[in-house]
Amino acid sequence: MMTSGAVDREKEKKVVFVTVGTTCFDALVKSVDSRHVRNELKKRGYTNLLIQMGRGSYIPRKSTMQSCGEDESLVVDYFTFSPSIADYMRSASLIISHAGSGSIFETLRLRKPLIVVVNEDLMDNHQSELAEELADRKHLFCASPQTLGQTIQTMDLDSLLPFQSGDALPVAKLINKFLGFPAE
Amino acid sequence: MEGFHSQVSVTILIGFVVSIVVFRLAYVLYWSGRPLRTFSQRVSTLIVLGSGGHTAEMLSIVNVLEKDRFVPRFYIAAGTDNMSLQKARVLEESLIQKEEIGNKKDIEKIACFEQIYRSREVGQSYLTSIYTTLVAILHALWLMLKFRPEVIICNGPGTCIPICLVAFIFKVVGIRWSSIFYIESIARVKSLSLSGLLLYKLHLADQFYVQWPQLQRKYQRAHYVGCLM
Repeated sequence: MMTSGAVDREKEKKVVFVTVGTTCFDALVKSVDSRHVRNELKKRGYTNLLIQMGRGSYIPRKSTMQSCGEDESLVVDYFTFSPSIADYMRSASLIISHAGSGSIFETLRLRKPLIVVVNEDLMDNHQSELAEELADRKHLFCASPQTLGQTIQTMDLDSLLPFQSGDALPVAKLINKFLGFPAE
Repeated sequence: MEGFHSQVSVTILIGFVVSIVVFRLAYVLYWSGRPLRTFSQRVSTLIVLGSGGHTAEMLSIVNVLEKDRFVPRFYIAAGTDNMSLQKARVLEESLIQKEEIGNKKDIEKIACFEQIYRSREVGQSYLTSIYTTLVAILHALWLMLKFRPEVIICNGPGTCIPICLVAFIFKVVGIRWSSIFYIESIARVKSLSLSGLLLYKLHLADQFYVQWPQLQRKYQRAHYVGCLM
């Protein structure tokens, strides 16, 4: 009984992966660590919360699965950096990321649902431009640390459109043309 | 009388030099941005890696360039960025393996990897910035003298500015005519970055690419190329 239950649980494991890249973004870590956001994630059926916290100093509360009792809480774990973030992304059902273009496009290429949280403390906040544009085009959801809980509550994952990967060929063609190289 | 004469000749000389410089500047600015007719089969290419997302975008371009045309390739990254050159090296090694040109030792013949002194760290004070920017320009000068690339491809952030500045001076002085291609980062949807704005406004870039149509409408000389990523 126990083992089959464990297998079931393993099968139903739905991981939320939070990543701040190489930045320091305590406001995001604090936000996902809040009771409100945890509750919303649980309501959505997510079972695990894994946080890549980068250079931040805020330590989230770790918790392991409480197997007894009806009220199963979210399993929470965290780490600072990892050389293979792609593996965590692949195994996640939802990714909550900072607004860096690297993380954004890596997630979109993996066709994973994505919530981008914009760091409002950054001085030159051009990062929100990209997140907002891609949210307008329905490739991801855009939130702030304050609105994250609400976004999780109201998001409709089926409304997301897959992102068509870009192409560097137009640039290469223009460079060739400019330099007078024959087109192939 | 003699003093008057020398004064006149000095004035004439200064006027002459100034007009030559102005004429040369106008000539360079006129021909910058105009297509070239390259007769050589290969062009030495300097690739400036800007770290993080900038490096990823740049390597996606290098990936589709004709490798036997854009050769040798000089990669430059900021001194504080340890990842970019490593990524470029991985790409070059994979090319060698794919095309079976030879063993890994041959990479030195077609690709070169160098770090450049960074002009300004995040949060650095303006006073010390002046000093470090000067050092960065001197370092860029040294690297440009060493490589003298015919093509420069860059996409920000600030790392590429000293390089482009030196490249422009080389054009004016006549040391080397390098064509500068600048690709604005995909993160810029509505406004240009500071580096982009500088290169655009000062006509330093021969061709200027943007990845969003909104930007092209704002900056008419830019070419819209769609998303790289």
